[in-house]
Amino acid sequence: MIHSLFLVNSSGDIFLEKHWKSVVSRSVCDYFFEAQERASEPENVPPVIPTPHHYLISVLRHRIYFVAVIQSEVPPLFVIEFLHRVVDTFQDYFGVCTEAAIKDNVVVVYELLEEMLDNGFPLATESNILKELIKPPTILRTVVNTITGSTNVGEQLPTGQLSVVPWRRTGVKYTNNEAYFDVVEEIDAIIDKSGSTITAEIQGVIDACVKLSGMPDLTLSFMNPRLLDDVSFHPCVRFKRWEAERILSFIPPDGNFRLLSYHVSSQNLVAIPVYVKHNITFREGSSQGRFELTLGPKQTMGKAVESVLVSSQLPRGVLNVNLNPSQGTYTFDPVTKLLSWDVGKINPQKLPSLKGSMSLQAGASKPDENPTINIQFKIQQMAISGLKVNRLDMYGEKYKPFKGIKYMTKAGKVPEGRRDEAALP
Amino acid sequence: GRWSICGITGNFTNICVKISLSCRHDDLKEMLDSNKDSLKLEAMKRIVAMIARGKNASDLFPAVVKNVACKNIEVKKLVYVYLVRYAEEQQDLALLSISTFQRGLKDPNQLIRASALRVLSSIRVTIIVPIMMLAIKEAASDMSPYVRKTAAHAIPKLYSLDPDQKDQLIEVIEKLLADKTTLVAGSVVMAFEEVCPERIDLIHKNYRKLCNLLIDVEEWGQVVIINMLTRYARTQFLNPNANVSVSAEGKEDKVEAAALVVKRKPYVMDPDHRLLLRNTKPLLQSRNAAVVMAVAQLYFHLAPKAEVGVIAKALVRLMRSHSEVQYVVLQNVATMTIKRRGMFEPYLKSFYIRSTDPTQIKVLKLEVLTNLANETNISTILREFQTYIKSMDKDFVAATIQAIGRCATNIGEVRDTCLNGLVQLLSNRDELVVAESVVVIKKLLQMQPEKHSDIIKHMAKLTDNIQVPMARASILWLIGEYCEHVPKIAPDVLRKMAKSFTNEEDIVKLQILNLAAKLYLTNSKQTKLLTQYVLNLAKYDQNYDIRDRARFIRQLIVPTDKSGALSKYAKKLFLALKPAPVLESPFKDRDHFQLGSLSHLLNAKAGGYQELPDWPESAPDPSVRNVEVKYPTCSMNIEQSSTEEQKKSTKSKEPKDRSDSESEDEEESSTESSESESEEESESDTDAKKKKKVLLSISINHTLQGTSLRYYILKKWRIYVSFCVALLLKCSFPSPQAASPTCGPLKTYELLHRITGEGLAVTYCFSRRPFTGDPHMVSVQIQFTNNTEVEARSLRVLEPKLQSGMRIAEFPEIDVLPPGEISTVVMGIDFCDSTQAANFQLCTHTKKFFVTIQPPVGELMMPIFMTENEFKKEQGQLMGMNEITEKLTLGEGCRGDHVIIQRVISTANLSRVPCGSAMECRFAGKTVTSGSLVLVTVVTKEERAAQVTVNCEKMLIGTMLVKDILQALSQ
Repeated sequence: MIHSLFLVNSSGDIFLEKHWKSVVSRSVCDYFFEAQERASEPENVPPVIPTPHHYLISVLRHRIYFVAVIQSEVPPLFVIEFLHRVVDTFQDYFGVCTEAAIKDNVVVVYELLEEMLDNGFPLATESNILKELIKPPTILRTVVNTITGSTNVGEQLPTGQLSVVPWRRTGVKYTNNEAYFDVVEEIDAIIDKSGSTITAEIQGVIDACVKLSGMPDLTLSFMNPRLLDDVSFHPCVRFKRWEAERILSFIPPDGNFRLLSYHVSSQNLVAIPVYVKHNITFREGSSQGRFELTLGPKQTMGKAVESVLVSSQLPRGVLNVNLNPSQGTYTFDPVTKLLSWDVGKINPQKLPSLKGSMSLQAGASKPDENPTINIQFKIQQMAISGLKVNRLDMYGEKYKPFKGIKYMTKAGKVPEGRRDEAALP
Repeated sequence: GRWSICGITGNFTNICVKISLSCRHDDLKEMLDSNKDSLKLEAMKRIVAMIARGKNASDLFPAVVKNVACKNIEVKKLVYVYLVRYAEEQQDLALLSISTFQRGLKDPNQLIRASALRVLSSIRVTIIVPIMMLAIKEAASDMSPYVRKTAAHAIPKLYSLDPDQKDQLIEVIEKLLADKTTLVAGSVVMAFEEVCPERIDLIHKNYRKLCNLLIDVEEWGQVVIINMLTRYARTQFLNPNANVSVSAEGKEDKVEAAALVVKRKPYVMDPDHRLLLRNTKPLLQSRNAAVVMAVAQLYFHLAPKAEVGVIAKALVRLMRSHSEVQYVVLQNVATMTIKRRGMFEPYLKSFYIRSTDPTQIKVLKLEVLTNLANETNISTILREFQTYIKSMDKDFVAATIQAIGRCATNIGEVRDTCLNGLVQLLSNRDELVVAESVVVIKKLLQMQPEKHSDIIKHMAKLTDNIQVPMARASILWLIGEYCEHVPKIAPDVLRKMAKSFTNEEDIVKLQILNLAAKLYLTNSKQTKLLTQYVLNLAKYDQNYDIRDRARFIRQLIVPTDKSGALSKYAKKLFLALKPAPVLESPFKDRDHFQLGSLSHLLNAKAGGYQELPDWPESAPDPSVRNVEVKYPTCSMNIEQSSTEEQKKSTKSKEPKDRSDSESEDEEESSTESSESESEEESESDTDAKKKKKVLLSISINHTLQGTSLRYYILKKWRIYVSFCVALLLKCSFPSPQAASPTCGPLKTYELLHRITGEGLAVTYCFSRRPFTGDPHMVSVQIQFTNNTEVEARSLRVLEPKLQSGMRIAEFPEIDVLPPGEISTVVMGIDFCDSTQAANFQLCTHTKKFFVTIQPPVGELMMPIFMTENEFKKEQGQLMGMNEITEKLTLGEGCRGDHVIIQRVISTANLSRVPCGSAMECRFAGKTVTSGSLVLVTVVTKEERAAQVTVNCEKMLIGTMLVKDILQALSQ
């Protein structure tokens, strides 16, 4: 399966290598570098690259390429999914997954990689098991370790892999027993220039942070489970129970994990919580263009729209802009032509706007591309789909846990407002 | 110096710089030789950091390998890392470490055994092959499933080290395939795939078990198993879509095809095929994209057409994942959309392109959108494409124009619209856009040139401005090909081209020559001189292709005495009608590769790829998958756990580390019992007595131990109970292919005799499955046999005459029953908990028959599960009038509780209640309509005396049931 792994940073240096079978020379990465050069953008490097003797399957996360070397047939998604799992694990262990963090913790990284794959086949990928095998580094422990010479490796041999619930470590004890659930929804929409929605969909996740002693068995029910059109679960969720009763029943892993991802079908009308009014014009023969943009909230059930960030890729012909924001700050990169405006919070009484002029290349003809406007935002205490958790119950343990549920809505990775474009004369 | 990078603490930096100047790694050797673990650890950390950076640390081998037996776990682990990395280069020295691992293999702790095997098998030294082989064989029969899993992992390692061991390894694989734990299943199938994927015969006996374990296997194992089972199914089952493809194939052969369909037996899916589809479906909800993709490809390759649709939603969900995942999923969706367009049509909008998508994703989405285009959605798609053309990503714009071209060729209705749109693009300011449009327009025009001479004229004018060689070449070709449509412009274009000939790109030059030749043949008066001029220029061109072409053309078109017979046909050669190019998807026919595979993605066979076999013409013997099912009793594992508990009860008297060992034991035993829970076919050499022993031991413990253990036992009990439910449910709903012997074959009753039915024979039986749709109905399976020479049509139920309260759910009408054929349907009847008959008429298209179904009392109930205590409690509430007791003498063949259980269960649809006494058998169920409890107790006494007690609120049912059971037992 996975033969070797190379980590490559953004300047093209291999800063870590790990082999699970015979050693593969790092020169195999030359094929990767070639592909990298051909690609216009970092994210356009093909995830699968065939070379004469190997196949390279890579993912790009946090500006690091994780390049796996494969020798024979294996489902590409198997490798890709695994590599992402590696990144998630690093993030879980070190807080961030950067070149510096990996280099600083190279021994832990190596120990992790050693446990995650055996002969190239995944062995232990559950965070709870790994944490029993290899304790995550903390500042305190690092200090203690250097003084006492003790180690990060678990003193006792882990039993997690042998347990009935392989995702949960055993012998968990807390003085405060708490379970927090965050319902986070993302809206993903495309709006055309007239303001009508082309597509809109809501994706949501329930991220949990469960710190409960022993072996708690939880059930979580919704007021309106029918909203959930398509779901995918953490392996701990009992599928049969969901099928029959639409109840999430599970023995949770210890710590942070993603319980559920769901999708609210686009058949249900999605109300987009913000609107954009804009007017971007270029006149033929003039080296000036006008830029006007106003934002406003709609259907937010009285909740504030926060952390609003507007960005737009202006046409190549634009040399510079001279804009005046009513609030927040804006930046324009004359090289990439990326305009971004950090709006902050929308005050419904005084709508934020960004107005001014753009200077165009002298003599250049009127650009005919449509600037796309992307909007990021957050709304606390609201799940836009209306999903509501009904109750959370715990069985199997006697103590009374503290339970908390939080809702949040934000714009998706690719948020609304595409081809929100200037009306062409 | 260069050391500081790898995170060494400050005090070492100085030393290191010094060292790197003088002797290499002496300090590290010193540290490794020291007595302090902390120094050893520091040294090992630095060495591992070197390995991580790809630096050579092989000269430290002797110093490191000495520490293989170090007590400190972290040092030990890092030494293992080092050893595995360098053993291949230092084989002799590596042998020094072997004895440590051999000792580890015998350790009482399963985790140490496993890790010793893991490292031992990772040391790539050929000399130790026999040792590895031995270790693997031993570990494969280890008590701990975790060690067995490690053994499975070791198999491919040994195989790659020495392929000659294949035969022996296959034996181990065979043994491990029979393993019933989820922990082992994924790993052993992975070993199977790497060592002997061709030995499909090893799977037969394990097929059903693998299907049933699948949902509990870890995610990575699921992927491997699903992919393997896809291949397996392709060799063992029939194509569920065979009939569909026959009738769809040729319209002219319709009659013949229809005849074929009739001749062929109506397709009935093998229950094992169904099992696979049913058990994989829930995994579409997995969080792991690879699992979802594996199920999707399984459905694509194996499911009946009507059922494949379920995968679309799951695949569309994956599109919201990381861009690499999207990339792979889109490639597979692109292939699927060619064969099964309808499946993704509802999700059209999910493939709309977003400005922030990477170009490679955009292009793939475009491909999918193009494949999805049809008459109804094309206008929406074209509107969407129009916005894409305005994108700033030029590669993407070019791909969009190509896509428009493909839509235009595939959908005749929009050809003109597309063409007009593309012509408008010719005035686009971006040259690349124009060039791409020209190329696409050229292809479209070739389909119907006569209608579009104005477009050709328009394009001819473009030659003045457009510089992109491919576009210029396309225009020239068009003008030459259709010169009779533009008789005035063509010579003028040639004139201009002759002027610029020397500055043109090669592909343009070739087309100039083409144009010249065609014009010479059609309009030699105006172009003779020009052509000769061009040919002369080409004669001295630097490119030999062009020189060659010029010579060839001259010989063909300019008749000389030397030129042979060919020149007579010059016109036919040059102006032959050329077929329009077919614009097709690069993903066409890619589905001959298994979807989701690397080979499919690359459209080339990758090493180790296993071909997806074609469906067999006729199904191989399905009985190869039958596994002998013996009387299900509680398995060995439960037994083990009970002995452990006994151990514990003695242990608890010793104060020494009690809590520790207890928690560990609990861990182990609960694992094992949970494994047995998931087992479908239990190992069955243990008999009911053993089970009783377990129960006894539990109850003894219960009285002996304090409260701390009570909880534990209760937990154990719950697991045991749920295990029994699984077993019991299995016996009470026998499926025809794996009828558990507990209830024997289903009794069949006659509904309509062959003679009264005038050739139509109808029988029925009570299938004892819950009737889908209404839990208060008894399902009745009805089998029609057509013994006549003619078809029976529209078989259905008519005018049921029912007692008040009774209801019938009719079976769906059978359209046609060809002569000699058998058809089975299921209907539901609510008998209102009475044995009154249900009367109705059975109709064919010509006749009506009055029929009656009267249920034996035992079929009016369904099994429920109860514990012994619950049973006793319920029984206590059903005393007096509700209790009926009869004494009897057991029949000749009725010896042993095994037979008693079987007879009772075949008489009445009840389930067994686990029970602590050897003299008693208890059964529980409830009536189907009202859900009243039915409790049966059979007590055996000395000789053959016995006593049957039935407790039931419905006295009538109770009385009748006692009678039936008496009869069954005294036979």
